Amino acid sequence: MDEILEILEGLHPEVDFETCTTLIDDKIIDSFDIVTLISDISEEFDITIPVEDIIPENFNSAKSIHALVKRILEDE
Amino acid sequence: MLFTSYEFILFLVIIFLLYYVIPKKYQWMLLLLASYVFYSYAGIKYLLYILVTTISTYLISRQIGELFLSQKQYLKENKEYLSREERKLYKAGIKGKQRKLLILCLVFNFGILGVLKYSDFTINNINSLLDLLRVGKNISPLGFVAPLGISFYTFQSMGYIIDVYRGKYPYEKNIFKFGLFVSFFPQLIQGPISRFDDLKDSLFAKHSFDTRAISFGFYRILWGYFKKLVVADRLLPAVITIVGNPDEYQGVYVLVGMFFYAVDLYADFTGGIDITIGAAEVFGITLKENFERPYFSKSITEYWRRWHITMGTWFKDYIFFPISVSKSMLNLSKKCRKRFGDAIGKRVPVYLATIMVWLTTGIWHGAAWNFVVWGLLNCLVILVSQECIPLYNKFHARFNVGHTFWYRLFQVVRTFWLMSFIRILDCYRDVGTTFRMYGTIFTKWNWNELFGGSLLRLGLSIEDYIVLLVSCLLILYVSLASRSGSFREKLAAKPLIVRYLSYFLLILSILIFGAYGVGYDSSQFIYSQF
Repeated sequence: MDEILEILEGLHPEVDFETCTTLIDDKIIDSFDIVTLISDISEEFDITIPVEDIIPENFNSAKSIHALVKRILEDE
Repeated sequence: MLFTSYEFILFLVIIFLLYYVIPKKYQWMLLLLASYVFYSYAGIKYLLYILVTTISTYLISRQIGELFLSQKQYLKENKEYLSREERKLYKAGIKGKQRKLLILCLVFNFGILGVLKYSDFTINNINSLLDLLRVGKNISPLGFVAPLGISFYTFQSMGYIIDVYRGKYPYEKNIFKFGLFVSFFPQLIQGPISRFDDLKDSLFAKHSFDTRAISFGFYRILWGYFKKLVVADRLLPAVITIVGNPDEYQGVYVLVGMFFYAVDLYADFTGGIDITIGAAEVFGITLKENFERPYFSKSITEYWRRWHITMGTWFKDYIFFPISVSKSMLNLSKKCRKRFGDAIGKRVPVYLATIMVWLTTGIWHGAAWNFVVWGLLNCLVILVSQECIPLYNKFHARFNVGHTFWYRLFQVVRTFWLMSFIRILDCYRDVGTTFRMYGTIFTKWNWNELFGGSLLRLGLSIEDYIVLLVSCLLILYVSLASRSGSFREKLAAKPLIVRYLSYFLLILSILIFGAYGVGYDSSQFIYSQF
């Protein structure tokens, strides 16, 4: 979780990612941010995030991103 | 059958009456029949194209879907005997088969679209190259006529099969229901580009006669006719005069042309979508909104989130993300990070995917270099804006103007003109002429040209200008009022007299001020040509 928070804070230092649960719904992070985020996460955890997992529910909060990463790690 | 023709209104009324008279379980079948009648009105041969796309997509999606089911069954039956590795291998094998099927479907259907829409464009470019090389031989153009709305129904169908491949939802087992999803007549010609999971519930449901929803639908249709007939079609002659005579109308007139075209396209396209969404609503069917007051956008990125929304999300979901997060792209990004540093490496996937998106968006709009340049200019502005964000943030923090009304107004006006500047590429006959006209804004500027009655020689009378001004103010008022919620809901809460008076005045203004009548050839919707 800490690694994910660090990556997110690198993108938008002004956002409180620990509490925010509407990152996509409130357009806090955009498509460009998501690509950078996926690129960073793939690098950090050595995983591949399938394109079908790029849905708002998976990226609305640090917690949901963490859950996604955890699921992919378990699947792999 | 044009939305603005008497035939369409009669057609809509007949289908509407039948829809609520027949047993509810047949309602969607009636819509399917109506959609095919509507489509064959332009020529029965065009029906063949949409049927080919429907059948090919249905058959292949069925195979992809069945592979998912057999995979599930196999894994369930052999749960105890398979190791983790064997399970992964089996899944990868199935995915590979599904991928081949998906590629077959995409190549086949985009191939049809490509041949019908772009073969002559390609041939003309090859001929230009041959002329340049003085080969002395030319290829004859094929002269295919693309069926109306082919880009829309192809994109909608291909979006569906990609979703099935991704396992977003199961495939539709009933080919006729799938046929209706592809061909639903209100959205067939100019979108919105719907997603199957968004549309299926209301499209196939049994609908009772809901007076409120139906009256909302008819009100939306009327509003669409108002925008199209009173504003768009009235303004169109002036746009044609300016862009059709580039040697005569230069300098300040290029800006006038940009402004008129911005208003014309907005009224035309949003008006058409109002008719589409309203027509669906009278059948109890909910379509996605395609616009969210786009001319109030404060940046070009925001503009593209609010203009032709369903096309933007289509490109984002099916082109931008698949390219930008693909394994090969992430590997390339990794290599670039090592070689050129983090800042460049991170940008590679975003930049390349954005360029691809805008190149295809441009080509999607039309087989002409104008549209390619239009797409690339949009891309350039978006990427430059993206790079400027830290600069803007510093500026906003330093001067603390970001939230003031006047600064936001400045941002809105700036975005409006920037988009109008790029958008005029739709209109001039070629890229060279457009750039020459851009140049005349700086070299042949003369305010005085606007006075002395020259604006009245653009094909619009003083009465036309008054009607346009009042209508645009009304549209602006409705847009502003819609910021805090649905305008129709607000109107519905008003006393009966106010509601009926507004309906009556709207109908009356369309009848009196609408640019139509005997001998008047109502123009095609601009987006129906894309």
